[in-house]
Amino acid sequence: MRWGVLQFPGSCDERDALRACELAGGEARLVWHETRDLDDVDAVVVPGGFSYGDYLRAGAIARFSPAMEAVAEFAAAGGPVLGICNGFQVLCEAGLLPGALLVNEGMRFVCRQVELEVAAFSPPGGGQSSNIAGETLSIPAKHGEGRYWAPDETLDALEASGQVAFRYAPGQNPNGSAREIAGVRNAAGNVLGLMPHPEHAVDEMTGSTDGLRVFESVAGVLA
Amino acid sequence: MARARVLIRPKEGILDPQGKAVERALPALGFEGVGHVRVGRMVELEAEDPARLPELCEKLLANPLIEDFEIEMINAASSAPTNP
Amino acid sequence: MASRHRELGLTDSEYELICQKLGREPNGVELAMFSLLWSEHCAYKHSRKLLRRLPTEGERVVMGPGENAGAVDVGGGHAVAFKVESHNHPSAVEPFEGAATGVGGILRDVFALGARPIAILDSLRFGELDSLRSRHLLDGAVRGIGHYGNSIGVPTVGGEICFEAPYEHNCLVNAMCVGLAKRDEMVRAAAAGVGNAIVLMGASTGRDGIGGASVLASAELGEGDAAKRPTVQIGDPFEESKLLECCLELLGRGLLVSLQDLGAAGLTSSASEMASAGGVGVDIDVARVPLREADMEPFEIMVSESQERMLAVVEPAKVAEVVAVCEKWQTGAAEIGAVAEHGLVRVLRGADVVGEMPVEALVDGCPLYDLEPEAPEGWVYGNRATLGAGAGAAETLLALLATPSVASKRWAFEQYDSIVGSRTARRPESADAAVLAIPEAETAIAVSIDGNGRRVACDPYAGTVEAVLECAQNLACAGAEPLGLTNCLNFGNPEKPTPAWQLDRSVQGLADACEALGVPVVGGNVSLYNEGPEGPIYPTPVVGMVGELPRADAAAPSAFAAAGDAICLLGPFEPTLEGSELAKRRGELGPGLPQPDVAAVAAACAAVRDAARAGALASAHDVSDGGLACALAECAIGAGLGCRVDLQHLRERGCTPEEALFGEGAGGFVLSGERARLEALASDGVAVLYLGQVGGEEIEIAAGDRSLSLPLADAEAAWRSLGERL
Repeated sequence: MRWGVLQFPGSCDERDALRACELAGGEARLVWHETRDLDDVDAVVVPGGFSYGDYLRAGAIARFSPAMEAVAEFAAAGGPVLGICNGFQVLCEAGLLPGALLVNEGMRFVCRQVELEVAAFSPPGGGQSSNIAGETLSIPAKHGEGRYWAPDETLDALEASGQVAFRYAPGQNPNGSAREIAGVRNAAGNVLGLMPHPEHAVDEMTGSTDGLRVFESVAGVLA
Repeated sequence: MARARVLIRPKEGILDPQGKAVERALPALGFEGVGHVRVGRMVELEAEDPARLPELCEKLLANPLIEDFEIEMINAASSAPTNP
Repeated sequence: MASRHRELGLTDSEYELICQKLGREPNGVELAMFSLLWSEHCAYKHSRKLLRRLPTEGERVVMGPGENAGAVDVGGGHAVAFKVESHNHPSAVEPFEGAATGVGGILRDVFALGARPIAILDSLRFGELDSLRSRHLLDGAVRGIGHYGNSIGVPTVGGEICFEAPYEHNCLVNAMCVGLAKRDEMVRAAAAGVGNAIVLMGASTGRDGIGGASVLASAELGEGDAAKRPTVQIGDPFEESKLLECCLELLGRGLLVSLQDLGAAGLTSSASEMASAGGVGVDIDVARVPLREADMEPFEIMVSESQERMLAVVEPAKVAEVVAVCEKWQTGAAEIGAVAEHGLVRVLRGADVVGEMPVEALVDGCPLYDLEPEAPEGWVYGNRATLGAGAGAAETLLALLATPSVASKRWAFEQYDSIVGSRTARRPESADAAVLAIPEAETAIAVSIDGNGRRVACDPYAGTVEAVLECAQNLACAGAEPLGLTNCLNFGNPEKPTPAWQLDRSVQGLADACEALGVPVVGGNVSLYNEGPEGPIYPTPVVGMVGELPRADAAAPSAFAAAGDAICLLGPFEPTLEGSELAKRRGELGPGLPQPDVAAVAAACAAVRDAARAGALASAHDVSDGGLACALAECAIGAGLGCRVDLQHLRERGCTPEEALFGEGAGGFVLSGERARLEALASDGVAVLYLGQVGGEEIEIAAGDRSLSLPLADAEAAWRSLGERL
């Protein structure tokens, strides 16, 4: 299993993501934003941080990078893509995932452990061991612009087609996201984005290890 | 070289907490009767080909899902509001 | 020109000395540069003699005072660099940018050594929260720290926030940074190698921070021009993140001879200090400095405090490669000068020399002044009673827990990313010190930042000793042994007798405490002239300490762990109400503080540290603001478990019930765990008192006629009430 973790100017959590990918099983390397080089990569992670300083809108500039063009092709061909926090924002800006992330309702950055409910979820490959549907995961969230929004018709459609991947457990929504949505999938099921940071929940020393389940389930898309 | 000013604001119907915060703070400062505040962004630029500005706005300066934009040509007599 | 020097803050005799050293009168550029380098902020003219008392040596010291930051060896070929700096005056003007650029500046000091920043901590002090101004400053400063630290991806892992009336006009924002470096990749600031190039990297140079020096402008300042000369520096963490990666890559590849950040006084101080450290001269051509505004004059370019810039010395053959690395990271690079033999700081504009001064005159020529200290008569700070004399014990405990200085700071630290980097083993509020894993060196470090103003005002010597001890106690709870200390001394006007006396006694206390604990001072900062219309701030030494522990999990959590665990008080704790939070709330503050027994506290620290490492402690928390009752309540609230204790044994040391509950002083540790294991920690020099047990839903403290019983939920509501006040 070979992971490629994108790196933009201003990315913060890319090294944490590398470590998490390796702990989840496999090798991981950084993919510099100016390259399109995904040839040897089985799965892509678009990491958290403040790519391009969040200037204009979070993720708005990163989505135009050569690396993201390559990721769009990779995703169209069915390759698994995981977008975390700023990565989720980049994927939404790029149109690879529906909706948008807005300023937190409380207008402040929030860093807090949250409980996530994993929604009904069957990876296209059908791999059982990586199926995390129905589980509750304890994962840290840390963001200032994480309020998920899409027009009502879109939200209805996402719910109907099982594209809502994660919801904040009752009372845990840190940012006012519509319908407590913390993460979504694309229709084909190979692109996943979420605001909380599973790469920061892979080691007992620093917190819970529930985040590993997310990486395993993305890897399971290939199984 | 045409100079333009692009105003970008959150779409109606989307919660704008910054606008709300400004609105709430105004009475305490002595400004009554001010409402419907929306906080957005302003981008000024010079463009050789102003005809391409709407496309530039849609692709980069605004996110059409959540924002409206309006282009004002600064050195022209008229404004040219453009909404998708 | 005759009186311009006074407008720039130079005395007549200082001006005469400058003329003597130059052999002539200084021109505008030279005057600007002297006025900055000879200012208190850069020259430490009122504090430098005092600072010589501080112990700075130790076998683990890799870099001491005088470098961009201090550093200590942590084994495995690695060193930990750290320093604290103030950004008080800018934060009082514009708290968001002041605090943000304070963080930016201290980050640069650390990565200028070649250390990758791995943690930020900050110590903040404002006036009381019933002041709109203080709420505004608090809000802005917290957002600013969050903005800068979060954006650049360095976790903010600890800190303190305190509210006292004397800080109303002069808030304190002290930012500390910790970084990690490979010893053989670290670099010093000294410029070396005549003929080597001087390269300016990072953001372009504008008029930020020029402010006062603008009296030197050649053009007449019209009304609208005030906007052209901003005093507020604006920070850009995105720019700094690129600059940081660029510098670390350059150092890792051995492309730089030396590196220095640009902070206060911009190019003037960096170039001069690099030259002085290297015993060389420098030529700087302002025409080659990338500018943000077109028509800047040479003095403006030399004095600008635009952020996110670094100065490097590079061998000529490597300049092209350095520029290429900067381009890769999308950060600016310009060769602006060269190292010279002449021992001067020579400023050129193209071919013209526009200023020329001996390095030694600029950097070391400033006269150092002796203080004229005089102890004040009585208490000079005022008193305000906010808690009735008739308040019962439970009501008093609730009032203290809700006091903003004591209450949970969760409202603030949740605005900081405390986990990026995957090293944070103890997040804010979970242990008495932040704990960071250093897998590269197979070790871990604990970091704490602690200051005190009110108690130092009661007795500057004893209060400062206590601040150092508190830091050491926090580290001990985390199982850590102190390796080094950094400090920021925030005081009033040193030319006045009372602040002079406070500074003198405080530095002595700092020196004696560090000497007694065997902890070297590896760097620090001084901020003077913090005075408002009502007088000086509390004398406020802020201490940051880094300690090592063998494994990250050797740190005990602060909060109780399990019902049924025993609770003990370890250490030479002899509480009194002098200088306490309760005395403040009752309007009964006055001079005087008990003298701490440093040796006894050190022995207690060692016992707690070893016990934490041995896994003998379910929890460890030091007693500080609000006394033992507050410490017990905090342990209970954090655990969601009540406690039932009796303070009889403590009272046998001779304190009244009220002192036992709410008295303060050094040397108290609240420990929980297995009773036998805790009591076994006692020895000749270390006392352990059994207090009671964890359990239930109440906080029950027996203390003679001041016994109290309080539902845990009420205590929690009080302790978590800070957010509601804002």
